[in-house]
Formats: sequence, structure tokens, C-alpha cells
Amino acid sequence: MTPRTLFEKIWDAHVVSQAEGAPAILYIDLQLVHEVTSPQAFTELRNRGIKVRRPDRTVATVDHSIPTYDRSLPIQDALAAKQLDIMYANARDFDIRIYDRMSDKQGIVHVIGPELGLTQPGMTIVCGDSHTSTHGAFGTLAFGIGTSEVAMVLATQTLLQRKPKTMNVRVEGTLANGVTAKDIILALIAKIGVDGGTGHAVEYSGSAIRAQTMEGRMTICNMSIEGGARAGMIAPDETTFNYVAGREFAPRGAEWDAAVARWKQLPTDDGAQYDAIVELDANALEPMITYGNNPGMGIPITARVPDPDALGDVHQKAALRKALQYMDLQPGKSLLGHPVNVVFIGSCTNSRIGDLRLAANVMKGKRVAENVRVLVVPGSQQVKRQAEQEGLDKIFREAGAEWREAGCSMCIAMNSDQLEPGQYCVSTSNRNFEGRQGKGGRTFLASPMTAVATAIHGVVTDPRSILS
Amino acid sequence: MEPIKKFTGKTIHLPHTDVDTDQIIPARYLKVTDKKGLGEVVFYDWRYDADGNPNPEFLLNKPHAQGATILVAGHNFGCGSSREHAPWALQGFGFQAIVSTQFADIFRNNSLKNGLLPIVVDKATHEQLLDLAVEDPDLQLEVDLETQTLTLPDGRRVEFPIDSFSKECLLNGVDELGYLMRQTGAIEEYERKNKK
Repeated sequence: MTPRTLFEKIWDAHVVSQAEGAPAILYIDLQLVHEVTSPQAFTELRNRGIKVRRPDRTVATVDHSIPTYDRSLPIQDALAAKQLDIMYANARDFDIRIYDRMSDKQGIVHVIGPELGLTQPGMTIVCGDSHTSTHGAFGTLAFGIGTSEVAMVLATQTLLQRKPKTMNVRVEGTLANGVTAKDIILALIAKIGVDGGTGHAVEYSGSAIRAQTMEGRMTICNMSIEGGARAGMIAPDETTFNYVAGREFAPRGAEWDAAVARWKQLPTDDGAQYDAIVELDANALEPMITYGNNPGMGIPITARVPDPDALGDVHQKAALRKALQYMDLQPGKSLLGHPVNVVFIGSCTNSRIGDLRLAANVMKGKRVAENVRVLVVPGSQQVKRQAEQEGLDKIFREAGAEWREAGCSMCIAMNSDQLEPGQYCVSTSNRNFEGRQGKGGRTFLASPMTAVATAIHGVVTDPRSILS
Repeated sequence: MEPIKKFTGKTIHLPHTDVDTDQIIPARYLKVTDKKGLGEVVFYDWRYDADGNPNPEFLLNKPHAQGATILVAGHNFGCGSSREHAPWALQGFGFQAIVSTQFADIFRNNSLKNGLLPIVVDKATHEQLLDLAVEDPDLQLEVDLETQTLTLPDGRRVEFPIDSFSKECLLNGVDELGYLMRQTGAIEEYERKNKK
């Protein structure tokens, strides 16, 4: 039998049919639904009198537009409140399980899927959200879709898909102290660019990937889309099985044993071919930070902001010039020591318990710099409770940070967690686009460690400087 | 979806590379629960200042841009978020086709499903189109989906690629959801065989 990649094995197992010249009809094992990209899809179903084909393979929550203030307070934003009500009505009318605002299992869709054990190796998973690639950390084929496609999956549990190409990103070596999964993915995107993975499903492999916890792996797969790849995946192994075992929706008993035996067949066969290969040396990585308005505009934290005049391509030159103008930064200067107004620790990239432990460990016994607002937003209510049991909330609060309720928060700034025009923020989220964290706001993307080091000093700080 | 065959339209250009969907429609306008009216907020943060006044420098506020149906955009247009509100907003303004050297995957899919035609051209043609749009504010291009050609004012014809399935769907206004609904037999069989 021809050796196959992890991607090909999952793809082949989910093709319902493939007509000549047409895209494959791909079966979807799980659709996650949230309030922002689903209302028009449910309207489409209503207009056509169609039911949700598999409510048992559909799970909803609310995360994007909900406020992260006290859950007992009413929602002040009427539009957001209406959007939530419509989500609840759709879940009720179409018989879909939902973790609503008051649920103790509510959270960011890409945090709760894995946390509840809904995300399992070998699955195809979609959601109307580009960071669905997160779930690929479990050896799933998971990707973001638009609202028309949300409706298609609700109605038929399938999608029309063209087979993407495959790319293998090999990360060998050992990360230095202070360098994390976030730095791996930021370094990769800086290397291949925001369009480098377009048309590809990426598989991450190598010793530096194997050494990551599931949280670290999710951080890496999460930002695959920022390199243009819809899907990022990592072969399941003991780390994966140990994470999934015992979770609410994970198989049990004999079913668990059978599932693990199946999952062990998923890793890429020896000799399987990829369409592209990219290598990254983990030993050489430093903490990364972005300076511009796309996640590819990143540098090692000790490096200097690049000069547009040094670029050859006229469009790249113009893009960098525009970004530096928006960010009000000078080429040739280091970002170290640059003042910030806000530090945001959260988002589907870095809001899991492992991220919060890492951040709290650096924050412990320190104070947030004066005039810096620090928001810590756990990815789910379960993460929040776990952190509180471990006393992490106390560490953050005593340091002067805000400890908030779960949601997407300042990663997308659809609620009241927003930067003011001109403000600088070191953020553990995934996008530094213009206005992403609030109109006129300026984002430096970095790891939770860099975020905390910066929060303490009030200026962009190399996390290694406070570790030693 | 309305079938698309052939149309001629006023063409304007936005040469920035890597235009993300947060620029096409900022997230705070995603609290809608229908698709209507999004043309008014397309490129909102580039189009309006902090007080909501139109920025006269921005392309879509210029007199020649009014009534435009074709946008020549920079490389990797539509990157970032999966929001289908991006093509809805572009269509709301009146665009029927976007021309670039490359589109982000999800944006491309979303556009095709709404009849907003993503046209990929090579770098040389792209540069030429950008130059033409600078020289002639009233540039008109003809798009013929049947023959997959873009006709420039000087009569030069440029072919563009599109997969046969998408082309068929666009030409005939095929509804993909309806198409999938007709595959129920195959889906049921797959579920039975695979114990799904």
C-alpha cells in the first residue's frame, strides 16, 4: 500500500463521494457553532424547511460577542444581546446542545472542544471560525468555513471540498528557556509569510513539536491560518491520548481501547510524500514579537524593526511603510523598551490552563507597572475554575491585573474589551491587523511569558531577562 | 444565486497586499444576524475617520469609484478571518468581481458561494491592470466567465483559471446546498458503512 500522510489518511476516510472534475463530498464528524457566523446559516435552513441532519454532531457555545464582565450583570450591548438570543433560539429550535453564557462549561469554541473531549484524533471538524485549525493538534483535520458552508454542514453533515496540498513543517531541536510554542509559530509565519501556507494542510513534526504539551500544540496549530494554511495538524501520540482520556465526551472502557488502537494508525507512514517541506531550527529560536499589521511581520525580540527601503518588492515595501506608519514605529530600532498601555493574556491561542500557569509563574510576587492595564481572560469557565483552584487568579489580582470571565475578549474586540486609538498592547492573541483590538489600537503579538514580562515593566521586555 | 455570464464594469484599484477581512469589514459590524446593509460598512476604518466622516483620500470615497463593479486588489486579498460578511459587504457596495494574483482560501470559497467572482491573474497582468487603473479613472473591463477571459480596453484578452465545478455553479446559478441535499442517499450509505 502506498505510504500516506496523516492528512491523507483522515481525508480518505471521510470522502463520501468524488465525482470526476467536482470537489469531494467530505463527511464532517463535528461542527462547532458560535453566535457570530451562524445566524444567517440557520435562517437559510428555516427558509428551506430543512432540519439539522445530525444535532448529535453539532455543539454550540457563545464566545465572540459576549462581555467578559460579571455574568450576573445584564449585557449592555443590545446588538450582542440579540445575537446571543438568536443563538439560543436556534439551538433550541434545531435541538443542538449549547453551552450558554451562564453555563459552567461555556468558553471559546476552540478551548471547550478539546477540554470536553469532543475533539478526538482522526476526526474532521469544522466551525465558522478560521482558528478551527487549533483542533488539528489532536491529529484531526480541522478547518474554518464560511457561513454558507456552516449551513451546508448543518443540513447534510458534509461539505464540498477540494483536496489541499500537503506541507510538512519540521521543527527539530530544543527550545531555550523563555522560548515557547507561540514563538515557534510566530517564527514560522515570519519565515513563510502570511500567504506561505495558502492551499496547503500543514503537518507539524519534529522533536520540538513532540516535546510540546497539548496546550503548546494547540497554540501552534491555532495560528496555521495566519500563515495562510486552513489546517494545521500534529500526529497523535501518548501526550494526546493522556489529554483526551477521561474527558466528558471521550470514549470509555473497551471503546477507549479500540479508539486508541485506531488512533495509533493515524501518524504519517514512513516514505509518505508531502508537496512542500519547511524546516525550522528550534535551538536557534528566541522569543518572538510582531511589529507590523500582519502576523508575518515578526522578529526575534532582540532584533530591530526592518527598513522598508531594504525590501525589493514595491508592494512589500509599501505594506511595511504603511504598517510602520500605523504602528508609529521607526525602522532600525529595537522594540525592547517600547512603552505599552495594555497587556492582554487570552484568546484561543493562549488562554488554556497551561498558558495561565506559565504566565502566573512569571507574575508571582510581582506588580504590574503603573498605568498599564492588564487583562487576563481565561479561555473557558472550566479553565477559570481550575485556575482559581490553583490560586492563579490571586497571583494575577494581587499583581494588579484584571481577572475576567471567559470569551474571545480583546482578541477580536467585539465586546467592550477594546484598545483606545493609539494605544499599544502586547497581546497573546493571534492577529495584529489594523484595528483588530479596537479602532486605532496597535498590537504586538507575543507569548504569555513575554506578555507578563512586559506587564511588569510597562515596556516591551525580553522574558529571559526576568527568568534568570 | 443569480447566474453570472458576461459583464462589463467600471474598475478601480486597491493595490495594498495582504488586505485582511478585518479591514474589509471590522469585527464590530459582525453583530448583525442577516446579510443586509453591509455595503455601508465595507472598509469602514479606512473609509471613515474617528468621527465617522468620510476620508476623502480613501478609494471608495472618490467620485470615480462610485458605481464600480470590479476591484483590482493586491496579492493575498481576503486573508485572516473566515467571516463571510467580507464578500457580503463587498457585494453590498456593488462589486461583482475581484482581481488579484492570489486570494486567501476561505475568502475565495466564500466569494464563490455568493457569486462574487475571484479572478486570478499573473503578476505581469496584475501590474498592467494597476497601471491602467491609475491612468484611467474610468477604466472598464469586460469579464466573460464562459470563455474565462478578461478583456482590457485595448482589446487584449487575458485568460483566467477557474475550476470547472465552480464555473458551472456560477454560470447556472447552481445552489450548492441544494446539490448536497440531493446526495442524501450517498451520505446515508457512508454513515451506515462507517458507523457514524
